Amino acid sequence: MEALLAVVIGGLYASGIYMLMRRSIVKLIIGLGLLAHGASLLVFTAAGLTRAVPPVIPQGARTLTEAAADPLPQALILTAIVISFGVQAFAMVLAYRAYQTVGTDDLDDMKATDT
Amino acid sequence: MNSLIALPILIPLLVGASCVAAWRYAAAQRILTLAGSIAYFAVAMVLLGRVAEEGIQAVQKGDWAAPFGITLVADTFSAVMIAATGVVAPVIVVYSLATMDRGREAYGYYPLLNILLMGVSGAFLTGDIFNLFVWFEVLLISSFVLLALGGERAQLEGAIKYVTLNLVASAFFLAAVGVLYAMAGSLNMADLSQRLASAGHPGVVTTLAVLFLVAFGIKGAIFPLFFWLPASYHTPPVAVSAMFGGLLTKVGVYALIRVFTLLFLNDVDYTHTLILAAGGVTMVTGVLGAVAQYEFRRLLSFHIVSQIGYMVMGLGFFTPLALAGAVFFIVHNIFVKTNLFLVSGVSYRLHGTYDLKKLGGLYRAHPWLSLLFAVSAFSLAGVPPLSGFFGKLVLVKAGLGIDQFVLVGAALGVSLLTLFSMTKIWAEAFWKPLPADTPADPPGGGAALLFGPIVTLAVLAVALGAAAGPFFDLALQAGHQLMDPEGYVRAVLRARGGP
Repeated sequence: MEALLAVVIGGLYASGIYMLMRRSIVKLIIGLGLLAHGASLLVFTAAGLTRAVPPVIPQGARTLTEAAADPLPQALILTAIVISFGVQAFAMVLAYRAYQTVGTDDLDDMKATDT
Repeated sequence: MNSLIALPILIPLLVGASCVAAWRYAAAQRILTLAGSIAYFAVAMVLLGRVAEEGIQAVQKGDWAAPFGITLVADTFSAVMIAATGVVAPVIVVYSLATMDRGREAYGYYPLLNILLMGVSGAFLTGDIFNLFVWFEVLLISSFVLLALGGERAQLEGAIKYVTLNLVASAFFLAAVGVLYAMAGSLNMADLSQRLASAGHPGVVTTLAVLFLVAFGIKGAIFPLFFWLPASYHTPPVAVSAMFGGLLTKVGVYALIRVFTLLFLNDVDYTHTLILAAGGVTMVTGVLGAVAQYEFRRLLSFHIVSQIGYMVMGLGFFTPLALAGAVFFIVHNIFVKTNLFLVSGVSYRLHGTYDLKKLGGLYRAHPWLSLLFAVSAFSLAGVPPLSGFFGKLVLVKAGLGIDQFVLVGAALGVSLLTLFSMTKIWAEAFWKPLPADTPADPPGGGAALLFGPIVTLAVLAVALGAAAGPFFDLALQAGHQLMDPEGYVRAVLRARGGP
């Protein structure tokens, strides 16, 4: 399972970075999304995959009795997903406003601030 | 006492929330923000005094013992950064009162400014690496909106670059935090410091270190990751530019210094040599970029990059003296860089342009403004007895102490080029006569509000030079604390909970 997820994460990063390098601003935002997903999945996988053992303390016991899934990475990912959701919503609005103002979605035409 | 550390986060949060509540009343927002920033300044000074006297302060919010609780830590470095923020915040607010247009005020300028301040404070005070990520996101999101607020074409183009590269950095940061947790099983930085010292897998730890270097390198604008900075920092209104130029990139440098003095010490030869090389190249490329510019604020933006190089070089030298130099230099740079941006704003207000070729005659028409500019510009270049001189002196002395002659030579050469590009601004904007086709001075309004902040910061640049001794002692205390992670770890792990 880890091997499969590792390949998926690699694919997400590769396609995310490829999209970032495209000239279209829409593809840029898709690239940012893919990169954020890749990072979240990496956090999830790196912390170890444990199937079917939720970290719930059984009735009567005071601590976990057997090795269970670590809930912390999932909490981290949840936070990261919420943040990236908000940021991507902002990025889309920004891209749309830029498209309206500049009149194109080609990043090569947005070089006025570089020179 | 326990609540004191949290106040620099809570004050901007409360003020920001009140500003949102008073959305339709710009006057109320202005007064609230001004009062909040002054309160912030007072709290920052009390915190600095306490930390300087009693050593590292730490508190576990929610009363869960470390490493499980929400840890806030103020060592001398954090407290000095908070104090510098506390000086810049009221200055920026007063300048905003005079310059911010009604449109931006109506669309949430003051709440955003407060949330930005909250994010910066949180990043300086947190003792938890994932919370550091969250505080970074808080300050980034508010900076995104501040940068784009107003919707001018240049702002939107600059914002796209700024947003994209900072989000890429955040993705790197998150991935690095995830792998770090998977490897060490903790997120509390003090706990991590202990665990990483005894962890196996030196290769993985070094890879992680480099991932963090890339993430903070993008946020702090070091070579070769700085291109977003000169493409975006000159686009928003001056008050925002000054806040970004003075404070925001320093948060990246702060994070870099924090993780590379506390966490990644297992292969110092490799990581800190890499940092040193990056710092050296950053200094040189930044200043060379600046020399070629003819846009006032773009020139200053390239200088930010150049000076980030000095701070990173201090980290790369990795001795108490060098880190003290870096701390001194950061504070000096926050004051001086903010002030230069504010001066550029006054010249824009007078003649409606930032283009040095179109500016002119400022010395004849406004000798006092020229004096204020000269103080900051000379301080930036490192002319004694101003603050920049002592920052560079300490860094150079630290470099010579460990035989880093190439970098010391580069640092001195860069100073000379800095002086050259400051002279260029002087010659173009202040000395030469005003070009015939540039509009002359409009009758000024709100002059006291404009000049108050500039005078304050110029006086501070002089005072930091005049009182270099006491302040250097403080910086040296910070340097020693940074080089001795044991003290930090002990302070955090024995800290008790707070309300």
